[in-house]
Amino acid sequence: MAEIVLDKVSKRYPDGALAVQEVDLEIADGEFVILVGPSGCGKSTTLNMIAGLEDITEGELRIGGQRVNEKAPKDRDIAMVFQSYALYPHMTVKENMAFPLRLAKVDNATVERKVREAAEILDLSQHLDRKPSNLSGGQRQRVAMGRAIVRSPKAFLMDEPLSNLDAKLRVQMRTSVSRLQKQLGTTTVYVTHDQTEAMTLGDRVVVMRGGVVQQIGAPQFLYDHPANLFVAGFIGSPSMNFVPATLENGSLRSVLGDCTLTDRVRQLLEGADAPREVIMGIRPEHFEDAALLDASALASGGRFTSQVDVLESMGSDKYAYFTLTGEQAASAELQELAADAGSDDVPGDGISLVTRLSSASGAVEGASADIWFDTDKVQLFDPSTGRNLTYTER
Amino acid sequence: MAGIGGAETTGKKVGWGLLNAVVVIYALFPVLWIVSLSFKSSKTLADGNFIPREWSLENYKNIFSTTEFTRALINSIGIALIATAIAVVFGTMAAYAIARLDFPGKNLLVGVSLLIAMFPQVSLVSPLFEIERSLGLFDTWPGLILPYITFALPLAIYTLSAFFREIPWELEKAAKMDGATPGQAFRRVIAPLAAPGVFTTAILVFIFCWNDFLFAISLTSTEQSRTVPVALSFFTGSSQFEDPAGSIAAAAVVITIPIILFVLFFQRRIVAGLTSGAVKG
Repeated sequence: MAEIVLDKVSKRYPDGALAVQEVDLEIADGEFVILVGPSGCGKSTTLNMIAGLEDITEGELRIGGQRVNEKAPKDRDIAMVFQSYALYPHMTVKENMAFPLRLAKVDNATVERKVREAAEILDLSQHLDRKPSNLSGGQRQRVAMGRAIVRSPKAFLMDEPLSNLDAKLRVQMRTSVSRLQKQLGTTTVYVTHDQTEAMTLGDRVVVMRGGVVQQIGAPQFLYDHPANLFVAGFIGSPSMNFVPATLENGSLRSVLGDCTLTDRVRQLLEGADAPREVIMGIRPEHFEDAALLDASALASGGRFTSQVDVLESMGSDKYAYFTLTGEQAASAELQELAADAGSDDVPGDGISLVTRLSSASGAVEGASADIWFDTDKVQLFDPSTGRNLTYTER
Repeated sequence: MAGIGGAETTGKKVGWGLLNAVVVIYALFPVLWIVSLSFKSSKTLADGNFIPREWSLENYKNIFSTTEFTRALINSIGIALIATAIAVVFGTMAAYAIARLDFPGKNLLVGVSLLIAMFPQVSLVSPLFEIERSLGLFDTWPGLILPYITFALPLAIYTLSAFFREIPWELEKAAKMDGATPGQAFRRVIAPLAAPGVFTTAILVFIFCWNDFLFAISLTSTEQSRTVPVALSFFTGSSQFEDPAGSIAAAAVVITIPIILFVLFFQRRIVAGLTSGAVKG
């Protein structure tokens, strides 16, 4: 067990492409840290550099206080779980799990005991003599975990370990990964492109984009206080709504109508040197059916009326989708997010809006609905830099 | 599968069956003819009967009665096995490097090795003869093993690198993370998975060495290193006027047996889909 420190770690490929740029990250002993971002953001490269599978171009990597830049993977005492599991197909489950111990020249009795322990933890005891090809996806995944935990390494590295499982199993394995990590208390770095995994698993989440760390923080903090447009759009599902808006004497003009900013937001804006044209971000849950609220609540927020495009009832909530006429919020970061989600080429005019309403809402598909939103929860972003103008540490 | 099979008409099946039968007979008839010849006595040798009228082991007794054939058999087995072993070991290492690493001149190397394989062997025989004579390799085992390796290696590298490319690279990374040195990762993870490829290559190389006639007749002069195909051509009857066809047939049958054994032995190791279950699935 050990802490892992990345000190201005960069990765530049021979062709000059900068894959990872000056990542500063301190992972405490026993901490579960998630690296998350769209594909090509450098998260896997960062993990491979920690593992020693890729060289570090610049900066220093310390594991347990020791510089390990030049050390081979086998001398770093860390275990890795691969996306493809990478089980050795010619070995049985038992041999697969024993492999790291055999390489470390551990005596037979200890190997036997450790493999049995790991198999018990992972519920693999009855499969020890089978070959990986005869196992289900979930079982293979557990064998891969088993191979990582048998030798009690200083840290676990996991490269999208759940992305090959089907949706139901993924949720189940997610909980067991989390439980296992708590149980063993081993420092873990986990790479995923799935923001749900990032939100649910980690003690802290590192959001990356184009090789640069965007923000590091606890999942809830990133959700409530995204540092920029990218983090705001990436974290949360369904994602935050973005609407272009104009700031005028403390009021905000947009397709959602004019609304007055709350004192809290106004104070934050004053310190941030905000431009006139901004992008307004509101999470779906900060909308509500105006018919369900009393007058005092209504007075403290903004309101707009529009036709409901699609209404999805989830039982506990209702998701209402709107399309408002107007220019979509434009920024490089939002485009990248759309490209990652694969929605960049979906034709659509106007601003699409997702709102989460109470299940008691009487909104009907195709009919007009009167929607209220909480102006105190509004986040404002600078369209040119993507910076969150309303960012606060609290 | 049953559904697809059922959709086929009987006529089609008969047609295919006939075609297959023709091909099999065409391929195997000469072999059967040789086997038949080898069991005929010298009197009935030329009677033209497909099934020998009197079965005799005379020819087999004859070829094993002198050292001419037995010595050649030992030479053939020894030379082919040694050449195969060396070619496969070097081929495995070279193919692994070609499949995994990017080094300057890689394409050139592959190109040159292919070029060697395509070179007409006849054109190399005279220079080789001169070189081996001056080096003292003429009419020795190494004198044949070396050219065999030279021509078998490109073949081995080509076949093996195709197999190596099939092995997921992540397995190697996993082995490294599990604490293996590059050598251990290769020996304990990659090589066992490449085994089917290694055995396939071994069979091909062995057959190439076993069947070679050109080098063997040009680079040997005595029983000391003469291989079976050459020895066969030197066969004479027990008297000057006797037709050696019976002995040649018997010898031909005998030298087919090691090849069949070799293929059968290694074929069982060539298990398809050995890598299934390694990744995804």
